[in-house]
Amino acid sequence: MEPVRKFSGRLAPLPINDIDTDQIIPARYLKVTDKNGLGQACFSDWRYNADGSPKADFILNKPEYQGTSVLIGGHNFGCGSSREHAPWALMGAGFKAVISTYFADIFRNNSLKNGLLPVVVDEETHRQLISLAEEDPTTEVVVDLESQTVTLPDGRAVNFPVDAFSRYCLLNGVDQLGFLMGLDEQIEKYEAGNPARVQTVFS
Amino acid sequence: MTSNENGHPRTLFEKVWENHLVKPQTPDTPAVLYIDLHLVHEVTSPQAFTQLREQNLKVRRPDRTMATMDHSTPTTPKNSLGIIPVTDSMAAAQLDVMRKNCADFGIPLYDLGTENQGIVHVIGPEQGLTQPGMTIVCGDSHTSTHGAFGALAFGIGTSEVAHVLATQCLLQSRPKTMAVRVDGRLNQAVTAKDIILAIIAQIGVGGGTGYVFEYMGEAIRALSMEGRMTICNMSIEGGARAGMVAPDETTFQYVAGKPYAPKGAEWDRAVAGWRKLPTDDGATFDHEIVLDADKLTPMITYGTNPGMGMPINSYVPDPDKLSDVSQKVALDKALTYMGLQPGQKLVGQPVDVVFVGSCTNSRITDLREAARFIEGRKVASNVRMMVVPGSQQVKRQAEAEGLDKVFKEAGAEWREAGCSMCIAMNGDQLQPGQYAVSTSNRNFEGRQGKGGRTFLASPLTAVASAINGVVTDPREMTN
Repeated sequence: MEPVRKFSGRLAPLPINDIDTDQIIPARYLKVTDKNGLGQACFSDWRYNADGSPKADFILNKPEYQGTSVLIGGHNFGCGSSREHAPWALMGAGFKAVISTYFADIFRNNSLKNGLLPVVVDEETHRQLISLAEEDPTTEVVVDLESQTVTLPDGRAVNFPVDAFSRYCLLNGVDQLGFLMGLDEQIEKYEAGNPARVQTVFS
Repeated sequence: MTSNENGHPRTLFEKVWENHLVKPQTPDTPAVLYIDLHLVHEVTSPQAFTQLREQNLKVRRPDRTMATMDHSTPTTPKNSLGIIPVTDSMAAAQLDVMRKNCADFGIPLYDLGTENQGIVHVIGPEQGLTQPGMTIVCGDSHTSTHGAFGALAFGIGTSEVAHVLATQCLLQSRPKTMAVRVDGRLNQAVTAKDIILAIIAQIGVGGGTGYVFEYMGEAIRALSMEGRMTICNMSIEGGARAGMVAPDETTFQYVAGKPYAPKGAEWDRAVAGWRKLPTDDGATFDHEIVLDADKLTPMITYGTNPGMGMPINSYVPDPDKLSDVSQKVALDKALTYMGLQPGQKLVGQPVDVVFVGSCTNSRITDLREAARFIEGRKVASNVRMMVVPGSQQVKRQAEAEGLDKVFKEAGAEWREAGCSMCIAMNGDQLQPGQYAVSTSNRNFEGRQGKGGRTFLASPLTAVASAINGVVTDPREMTN
């Protein structure tokens, strides 16, 4: 995995509360068996007309918001289905971070495993960022995982929380599975002390 | 197992959590939690198996893993060869990948058309794989269903599916706990589904974020296991990854005799352990909410998330009466999508489709209630009604009891087991603009088909609406 450290990007405002993962990537696109190619289908039902043409008034179709890499959603972003296709689709559509006041638990976990940063900010900063992005599509923010800050155009740096382990893994480009694989002895010890209640395979 | 060494009283959640710690949480790393049972399905697992192959890893405990096919599978009848044809080439390819992954990694698979196939959250309990005190995960947010047995069960993403396949462990930060107490007794034609819809309407779709729920109180104790599963199933719709109910005699009676349940002396030992799981007197929760079952009526959703629900005889709320701007915008957007007016009643609203099924309401008791209600009546001519059993076993049981005939005689479709129209990625879906009363769990935009409009409700409300062809309060038709 590529390390995630610091990047600057323009903002795409999508200030709708409770954006669920069915909107981010509808279920009919989940028949794939790899992670690639989902960017085109990101927000498919909001983004395209029935004939497949882009809806001109949807934020991601507006020329001035092309190339944005930080999405600002409403409160409670990513609720609903556990599909990891949601962060895959957002990353496929060019996003490196999503800003909200809070995220659904599973979406946040999935995003951190893939290097899509879920950035939680207070309500006032959230409102301010939405206004800035709506008024001026060239507005840029700097997201810095090392210092856990998002820096606004006025120079104000706002802290955001990330658990220490996810931060370490992302900064160093380390897959979390490697850490678990390293615990083999402890897992064996646990298993020896806790025999299975259910065995689906009988020898 | 009751209190810890210090005599500190513990909740059900704390007991199950602490019993499964391979490594406790530190300032630098989350807790490492051992997983007793890993359920796998075709949609969220292929990329995890790819990762295992790329890193040359094995499945650590295929004996604690079980796979089925449910999401992308058609529910159309078997053909003359006894096979359910999969005409969607992408779905067929995905099912083939599941078969190959299970064969290569030694995981038992309940394949499409085989005798115990079904929705993953229906077959776990009916096989006795789901037991009190376990940790259970699946790449599916409705894994919370299994919490009805006093298990800690929650949905995970595909990266975490790979973690569990390879190590049987998960990295987890400890969630907070919320007691959800439902006092009193339910009135006639008010069901478990109405309880959970009322809870979510009260707390909102984000209200449980960061929490594990424990459902308790007289009304929960009085429910069947199927009713408890319906409630735990929708914990995620309130934002909680998991919901739990302390095991009791109802739980033990359900598990007893199931294929994978402990037998003989092992059963007695298991039950003795399970009896120690309920929350100790004096244990505290981070938050508590209380509902009164006596005051509940049948519930229905009017909007585009499960929190937008109300008593069935209420009026659709008015966005202009909301003070919070973002909530007003959300409600405006929802009502536009749903084609509804502020202040209107939903009772009397014409319905195109009625769907009885999904991991929320497709178990034998759901089908019995629905059949009892529709027997001798007809589905309205403007309505397509689908009844989709949650598993092949539920289907066989229903047919043995003649429920299939009741549904068919009433004019409903009786289909093969699967997720069906709950997820609309298998051929079963609404057409744009259609209205459905659905016993499933999500009314998100497009969830049941692009442009489709969903009213979530109980099986009784669904059946009453199918008969009248319009949204109907089941209390008006109770027989």
